[in-house]
Amino acid sequence: MPRSLFEKIWDRHVVARRAGQVLLYVDRHIVHDGGFHARKDLAKRGLKVRRPQNTFGTPDHYVPTVSRNPADARAPEIRRMVEAYPASMKQLGIPHVLLGDERQGIVHIVGPELGITQPGMVLVCGDSHTSTHGALGALAFGMGQSENEHVLATQTLWQAPPKTLRIHVEGTRPAGVTAKDVILAVIAKIGAAGAVGHVIEYAGSTVRAMSVEERLTVCNMSIEAGARAGMVAPDDTTFQYLHGRPFAPKDFDAAVKFWKTLPSDADAVFDREISLSAATLEPMVTWGTSPENALPISSVVPGAPQRALDYMGLKEGVPLEGLPVDRVFIGSCTNSRIEDLRAAAKVARGRKVKVPAMVVPGSGLVKKQAEAEGLDKVFLEAGFEWRHAGCSMCVGMNGEIGRPQERIASTSNRNFEGRQGQGARTHLMSPAMAAAAAVHGFLVDVRKIS
Amino acid sequence: MAEKFTSFTAVAAPYDLVNVDTDQIIPARFLKAPREQGYAGFLFHDVRERPDFFLNHPVFGKAKILVANTNFGCGSSREGAPYAFHDAGFRSIIAPSFGDIFFNNCMKNGIVPVRLEESVCASLRKFLGENAGAEVTVDLTSQKVSAPIGEFAFSVPAFFREMLLEGVDEIGLTLSMLPSIEAFEKDYAASTPWLTPLS
Repeated sequence: MPRSLFEKIWDRHVVARRAGQVLLYVDRHIVHDGGFHARKDLAKRGLKVRRPQNTFGTPDHYVPTVSRNPADARAPEIRRMVEAYPASMKQLGIPHVLLGDERQGIVHIVGPELGITQPGMVLVCGDSHTSTHGALGALAFGMGQSENEHVLATQTLWQAPPKTLRIHVEGTRPAGVTAKDVILAVIAKIGAAGAVGHVIEYAGSTVRAMSVEERLTVCNMSIEAGARAGMVAPDDTTFQYLHGRPFAPKDFDAAVKFWKTLPSDADAVFDREISLSAATLEPMVTWGTSPENALPISSVVPGAPQRALDYMGLKEGVPLEGLPVDRVFIGSCTNSRIEDLRAAAKVARGRKVKVPAMVVPGSGLVKKQAEAEGLDKVFLEAGFEWRHAGCSMCVGMNGEIGRPQERIASTSNRNFEGRQGQGARTHLMSPAMAAAAAVHGFLVDVRKIS
Repeated sequence: MAEKFTSFTAVAAPYDLVNVDTDQIIPARFLKAPREQGYAGFLFHDVRERPDFFLNHPVFGKAKILVANTNFGCGSSREGAPYAFHDAGFRSIIAPSFGDIFFNNCMKNGIVPVRLEESVCASLRKFLGENAGAEVTVDLTSQKVSAPIGEFAFSVPAFFREMLLEGVDEIGLTLSMLPSIEAFEKDYAASTPWLTPLS
């Protein structure tokens, strides 16, 4: 029977079945500083981490990005979170990196970067953007604290079989149209609930032509379309990306031989299939309070929903281009990899920011690479802040947030009410678009300036 | 350990908004609070600033069942969202669809997420809005919602129904299957010799 990429991975991880649920084996579990409820509950029950060798920790949600010193945390209770993490990792015997280690960073940047994420794996993490890792041909999904505890204790998870959705993206992207624009267009097309209960496989010539980093951006925001996970079939691009990474297989050829069996069979059946042309896309920005409120930059603000318009301080008919912004954030697990920083630096080079703007690399290794390429100097000379790695203003848990009514151009993934601070107004866009907004002080079409 | 759930009757409140995300249910800044402290006060903390919000209503403010709209609990995986509902006394949320992670998180916290047809949810919300204080019963044994406007069948995954009805400890159950997991691991390791430990 022909099978999809998802089915091939799912089938080989089934440990047991019971009442319609499957006990799924977990290859890799990535943990972060925000997962303390799970670890506390585990300790309270007197349980141990069953497979520390399948687990990896990096702090990201609560860490300060101004320095690597916990004393620089924005509040005493945030500092306590930062300081609790190393002790918790040590106590549970989980392999981990510490704040200050160049390998530290956002969980979804670190996993692929260190080669922890590999094709054919089931990878989980207590964070909804775990869908990111599917870009390497893994089945990766987020979970809550109880499931997190279950994986720590058993290395397995009870899951209901999801439905499958294949999204074909075909054609050559026009200049200025990035992976971020592709996924925002997908979400705008199918809606924030469009893929609830489904695992998405992204296919088609546009996806094939993407780098792994671009695929990571696409899969990252699968959750914003409601999907359980997003994935891309592994190919030579994937194998080249993984080769030589710290946790890549020692017997790489044997792994590649297996990985090549994973792509969906030609006649594999999906519950749903959707197509999208990349050739006609424009740079996208969101105007409302759901990621589905995304439009091409050449658009005007629509007339509904009113609540979103009120929250965002917008009126129907106002052009998105030219909308003044108060702050710019370039970072997050969606867009803080080296290719993102290169794209932003290209726009920033030789220009000056008009509003407060900061660049937060996704990991210490991304930061190091950017500095080796001189990108830090480009940003600093343009007036951007050059920070250390962490989730920062995407979720604001480390206290780095916007002010009420502040309009923020952001490369992150959620424009929800209050996401970047109570009352803060988020417009999602690509790194190049965000850099362009920073150096103009308003939203601009990056195609006109680069 | 899952809290036992058989049947629950309470005043139900309507909430019409679609795509209610978990950032609205509980802003991220509260997630560092110790669980023992109680999460009730965090429920819809910032949304409560809107005077017309249901929790500010004299009757709906006492509701312990919520009838919501499409894609309720989308977004972040934060289990603080069901913690907040639970600690505020909610034991069931009815909606046409839920964010997948929130759906799972609810069941781990003794809250039954009930999926009903969009048109049924709309009728229920309309009725509740016009009849403030009306009670709704969510019965997990018969998998039926009883409201003054009718009875509606629903289904939750059989596995979780069993966990909730019996109050089964899921981790305990899985650990009792350890021999199967170990046998699986042996075969799996043999079929993927290139995998290396992370330590």
